[in-house]
Amino acid sequence: MTNPNPTAHEPDFDAVTGQSTTGHSWDGIRELNTPLPRWWLWTFYVTILWSIGYWLVYPAWPLISSHTTGFFGYSSRAELTQEMQALEQRRDIQAAGLKTASLEEIKSSPDLSRVALARGKASFAENCVGCHGQGGTGAPSYPNLTDDDWVWGGSLKDIQTTIQNGIRWTQNADTRMGEMLAFGRQGMLKKDEIEQVVDFVRSLAKLDTAKGANLAAGKTVYDANCAACHGEAGKGNREVGAPDLTDAIWLYGSSREAMIESVHNGRAGIMPAWASRLDPVTIKALTVYVHSLGGGQ
Amino acid sequence: MSSNAVIPDEDGPLFAAAKKVYPQRVKGRFRRIKWALLAFCLGVYYFLPFVRWDRGPALPDQAVLVDFERRRFYFFFIELWPQEVYYLTGLLILAAIVLFLMNAIAGRIWCGYLCPQTVWTDLFFAVERLIEGDRRDRIRLDSQGWSASKIGLKATKHFVWLMIAWWTGGAWVLYFSDAPTLVKDLATFQAPFSAYLWIGILTATTYVFAGHMREQVCLYMCPWPRIQAALTDSDALNVTYKFDRGEPRASVKQAAQLKAAGQPAGDCVECKQCIAVCPTGIDIREGTQLGCIQCGLCIDACDDVMGKLGRPTGLIGYDTLKAVEARACGTPPPALRLIRPRTMLYAAIIAFVGGAMLYQLATRAFLGMSVVHERTPLFTTLKDGSIRNAYTLRIANKRSEERPVAITLDAPMGTTWEVVGAQQTADWRPIVVIPPDSTLDVRLFVTMPQPQARGPSQMIQIKAADLSFGENASVKDNFFAP
Ligand code: SF4
Ligand code: SF4
Repeated sequence: MTNPNPTAHEPDFDAVTGQSTTGHSWDGIRELNTPLPRWWLWTFYVTILWSIGYWLVYPAWPLISSHTTGFFGYSSRAELTQEMQALEQRRDIQAAGLKTASLEEIKSSPDLSRVALARGKASFAENCVGCHGQGGTGAPSYPNLTDDDWVWGGSLKDIQTTIQNGIRWTQNADTRMGEMLAFGRQGMLKKDEIEQVVDFVRSLAKLDTAKGANLAAGKTVYDANCAACHGEAGKGNREVGAPDLTDAIWLYGSSREAMIESVHNGRAGIMPAWASRLDPVTIKALTVYVHSLGGGQ
Repeated sequence: MSSNAVIPDEDGPLFAAAKKVYPQRVKGRFRRIKWALLAFCLGVYYFLPFVRWDRGPALPDQAVLVDFERRRFYFFFIELWPQEVYYLTGLLILAAIVLFLMNAIAGRIWCGYLCPQTVWTDLFFAVERLIEGDRRDRIRLDSQGWSASKIGLKATKHFVWLMIAWWTGGAWVLYFSDAPTLVKDLATFQAPFSAYLWIGILTATTYVFAGHMREQVCLYMCPWPRIQAALTDSDALNVTYKFDRGEPRASVKQAAQLKAAGQPAGDCVECKQCIAVCPTGIDIREGTQLGCIQCGLCIDACDDVMGKLGRPTGLIGYDTLKAVEARACGTPPPALRLIRPRTMLYAAIIAFVGGAMLYQLATRAFLGMSVVHERTPLFTTLKDGSIRNAYTLRIANKRSEERPVAITLDAPMGTTWEVVGAQQTADWRPIVVIPPDSTLDVRLFVTMPQPQARGPSQMIQIKAADLSFGENASVKDNFFAP
């Protein structure tokens, strides 16, 4: 029989493995004593020493209202600030060419346009996608920037002006202005007149019209109320942001109901003036980027 | 019963200190072959980076260059791009099968003559012999206490070793940058830190492996001897002690006595020269074994002894197990079977893989194109109702000249296309110019009128035609419509 409960002072060995035991025994099962290997122990001690060095050189201990800063004065926030500054500096070097070059020059120079497109793309993602969508695809009442239909003009200059001054952005003196009146709500047109003019406009765009629509009456209403802005042929006028009514693109939808609503309530989309938020170089880059999306003129 | 009994460890200690091997100088056929191969291999390794190869002004003129910065690999007339790294797979397969074939024909030729571990260790042995003397001198030197002359000899040896190791590391980094420029930069301490770091690492490995670990690398670290053991067969030539030349082994005098008494005696005179010269310190007379790298030096040593005694040489020699066994039984040895199923199979695989790689290389495309369809938006409706899709084309020019490439489409009638930033030619083909040895991303707008633009999608083919070399590339992609 093996001694079931040896005292701690009496070294005890397991008969099968020859290994010493801890002297503990539970239900007759004894625990082998397997000390840590020496190398492990030393590694452990070294890590403890190392941690002391770590406390000293890096921020480590919380104090009442702050913390120990360490000999290196390191902080990850300071590191981030520094890296961001370095990044800004690098970007400024790249953007230096954009500052002086004209929009046309930027567009035709492969080097400048590469920088402008990259910067424009990043800025677009930060500022514009909220309304115009990823890639400038737009949404109902937010213009699609990839097509060839421009309410306010699609040349480089036009795009730049729009971005800078915004649309109906009253804080900006040079903002783009134009008004689609609420013809129905303000009592300028009666319900049947609105339906007539809508059918007439639909005929211009080769959309289907209501059965038996009186297009002649619609034209009379159109000439008296709409032609001033949208033009006699319905081709629109970019000076006042009056869209072309003859093409396949309808910012507010091309259903009869949507068009009746437009005439009844009027439309007045707003775009902020970015001159107060973005620097001129970024606006140039955005201009070139938007122009490159496919619709630039 | 006492519980204090310690069960003794029956298997003995798990560790035995390595015995130092003191290989003796040897002269002969295999030693000469080994010197020649050593000079050749080291010559290639140390001087190849300086060989020039003209690839035109735009590309580096180093014959063998791994250019990480521009992501190219150059080997004389071959230039590989990162996406062609599968050639490496082919090379690795070839390397493995060539090793198998070597092994099936004549054993560990690789280990004995060509492996870097063997070559550098051989060089380090030569240095050691030159400085500390031959086997006996070295054994005596190591058993002596420290003296000024011993310190001098040891210091000289380690210094020369370190110099060789350093040169080895130095040559390594030259494969990764323009060699002459890098040498100058290294000498003036202008080279990048990574260059010094790698020189340091390779200096250390060379010095440790070739100077200190030597045969232990082969015995304990290298997987090849294990694989080798499974690959060899009784038809393969191996360095063999020909026991058919008689046993027991006895000195000349004893042998004469035995013979006089009408008893058998072998040719081996138990001089142990074969053990003395062996770089791994083993006794080949115990048979083919893992420790034998088959360098052939024991053949030279034994031939020398046999020659002096006037007995036929070749007591140790390249032979097959079958032949030795046949002679031992007194039957004529079978002819050497170089052509047997195993070697045929290896040769066939080598021919197949090698042929496939050569074919790939010969028909390698120098113009490549891939396309990504714009996702936002998938398509755009234009004023006149036509539909436009946008694509990004990545065109790769693998030649060292700038090349104009015309973009055309296979698409329904009435489709028009435009490449941003391209010149148009008279026949309406947009032309983009791809810089030498690079890729260019361009944006392609494809517009299809109604009713050709059928939704939800149809296949179109985009084609790139190189105007200067007449090469073509094409890709298929979808054209989406509402
Ligand atoms: S055993 Fe390995 S390291 Fe040694 S010579 Fe052969 S391949 Fe080289
Ligand atoms: S036994 Fe002979 S062939 Fe094998 S390693 Fe030693 S010297 Fe070389």
